[in-house]
Amino acid sequence: METEFRAKREQGRKLLVPYVTGGLTGWQQAIRAAADAGADAIEIGIPFSDPVMDGPIIQEASQRALDAGVTPVSIFEEARELEVGIPLAVMCYYNTIHHAGHERFAYQLVSAGISAAIVPDLPLEESGLWCAAADAAGIETVMLAAPTAPDERLPRIAARSRGFLYSVGLLGVTGERNSLAASATALAKRLKAVTDVPVLVGVGVSNAAQAREACLVADGVIQGASVVRRLMDGGPEAVGEYVAEVRAAITF
Amino acid sequence: MSILDEPSVEGRFGEFGGRFVPETLVPACQELEAAFRDAWTDPTFRAELNQLLSEYAGRPSMLTECHNLGRSLGIRLILKREDLNHTGSHKINNVLGQAMLAKRMGKTRLVAETGAGQHGVASATAAALLGMSCKVYMGAVDVERQSLNVFRMKLLGAEVEAVHSGSRTLKDAVNEAMRDWVATVSETHYCLGSVMGPHPYPWMVREFQRIIGEEAHAQCRELLHGEDPDFVVACVGGGSNAMGIFSGFIDTSTARLIGVEPAGGAAVGRGVPGVVHGMRSYLMQDEYGQVQEAHSISAGLDYPGVGPEHSYLASIGRAEYPTVTDAEVISAFQLMARSEGIIPALECAHAMAWIVREAPKMQGKVVLMNLSGRGDKDVGQMMEILG
Ligand SMILES: Cc1ncc(COP(=O)(O)O)c(C=O)c1O
Repeated sequence: METEFRAKREQGRKLLVPYVTGGLTGWQQAIRAAADAGADAIEIGIPFSDPVMDGPIIQEASQRALDAGVTPVSIFEEARELEVGIPLAVMCYYNTIHHAGHERFAYQLVSAGISAAIVPDLPLEESGLWCAAADAAGIETVMLAAPTAPDERLPRIAARSRGFLYSVGLLGVTGERNSLAASATALAKRLKAVTDVPVLVGVGVSNAAQAREACLVADGVIQGASVVRRLMDGGPEAVGEYVAEVRAAITF
Repeated sequence: MSILDEPSVEGRFGEFGGRFVPETLVPACQELEAAFRDAWTDPTFRAELNQLLSEYAGRPSMLTECHNLGRSLGIRLILKREDLNHTGSHKINNVLGQAMLAKRMGKTRLVAETGAGQHGVASATAAALLGMSCKVYMGAVDVERQSLNVFRMKLLGAEVEAVHSGSRTLKDAVNEAMRDWVATVSETHYCLGSVMGPHPYPWMVREFQRIIGEEAHAQCRELLHGEDPDFVVACVGGGSNAMGIFSGFIDTSTARLIGVEPAGGAAVGRGVPGVVHGMRSYLMQDEYGQVQEAHSISAGLDYPGVGPEHSYLASIGRAEYPTVTDAEVISAFQLMARSEGIIPALECAHAMAWIVREAPKMQGKVVLMNLSGRGDKDVGQMMEILG
């Protein structure tokens, strides 16, 4: 994923990564629609019983998927059929990995055709075991950096990040907000100053205008709650339309 | 060799513990750890806390020997009376420490999770006393069954928010409190109610609760003419009252340490190691690592995990974690009321239930039980159960 992202950045393209909750009704069609509408990669959320980094929309999506009997394994099986021509990443809470076993989980990702993992409750200090297994299997682990980090911490996080670097847009959980927090561009700026890994802003980037604002500084955006809400309310087509709208807004 | 140590720099007790939190909270946990270390070695902080504990919370709590029950069970039964503390449970020991620390760190707001409402009431109380604002998250199921405590928290000026996600009990209240903290971390201290969560909480809360065990150890030596009890028994939700009383006996005695879990929330008994709420510990989960819902008559023990130091003590065999059923708890609750004139909290009725069941194997032994709280809050629920 990182090689592809760097190449696209070279060409002046901003990177767009929509998030879709795995197993949610219509999720595969939504991913195809997003890929057709100009997404550069897809983040597939693995539903977890206790999603502490997620606000009401993604919580509800996860709960619906869990109630429908969705498991990591069922998502991996269905992900294998996707073949959308852009990289796939998973967003999963650490217990999902811990319970499966680090090596086994990394292997499951590889065999599902997934290139990267984002683990929001696995900070740098705890990431050693997973990163070792992921590196060995060729899975890129995307690290998150938050506005609360002191300056000395950012280069260390960036150095451990593969694929891209996830710049957390605000103090808070996923969900839609009326405006882009000032912290979003501020942190992206701080990160761009210390790394050449692609920096993408996620959490609280809620519409096309906010995506554009973030992309004035960052290399791209991750769109979570705004995509998932459209999938739940309007189905896969609504996701496709939205991704196209964001793509247009971040094409400078 | 001492077992009751500080955790490692990574916050591990053996292979349990750690700091599995969103990146946003890592600096907050680091600051909290540094602030706690500093305060805990500062004689002025210690003196101020001790003064609050004695003049406000009513410490030291006394020991009561239960002669009636002891006679009928064939044991010597001694209670450590945490139920007599201000606000009615051991939770106040931890909360006064954390609230003072939060204030020292310049925080103006406390958030807390609560199950039975005792930790919420204690947090609301400390916030009122120290002039801080307070928001308490409580599972919707618990709001229902512990309505008296909900009203107490409101009287004390706290805001109470019912949590409707997941199992709508303690585990989900912790999730919601963490989400709040992620968004408000600059002005807010998360006042966690048990020996759980990310480092430094399990260690810090143990240090604040350790006064229970230190007092009890000295009091037992006096009562028992220099001897220690044979058994030290406490209920385990997250495990703070148990860690508090165990602390006085882990290294200083050979007493058997018994942490009693509810059959429907047996993290140690039925769990395997997992990671949730910032810590690696025994956790009830399904084959894909989804955290399972606990089921217990007692809101305070309705939790699928357990503090990491308990997992460690279990793994090295220094403490044991048996379970009791809701039915055993209901009869122990009544037995205590009728034989001793003490209405226990449903949580510590679990400890009593284990003692009643195991008494035939403990004939002539000295059993110290931590009476972690009083049962006023449970009277409404028991009225419904007993008709
Ligand atoms: C009286 C009492 N005892 C015990 C507990 C369980 O907590 P812990 O295991 O941390 O002592 C509670 C929690 O609400 C409680 O109110």
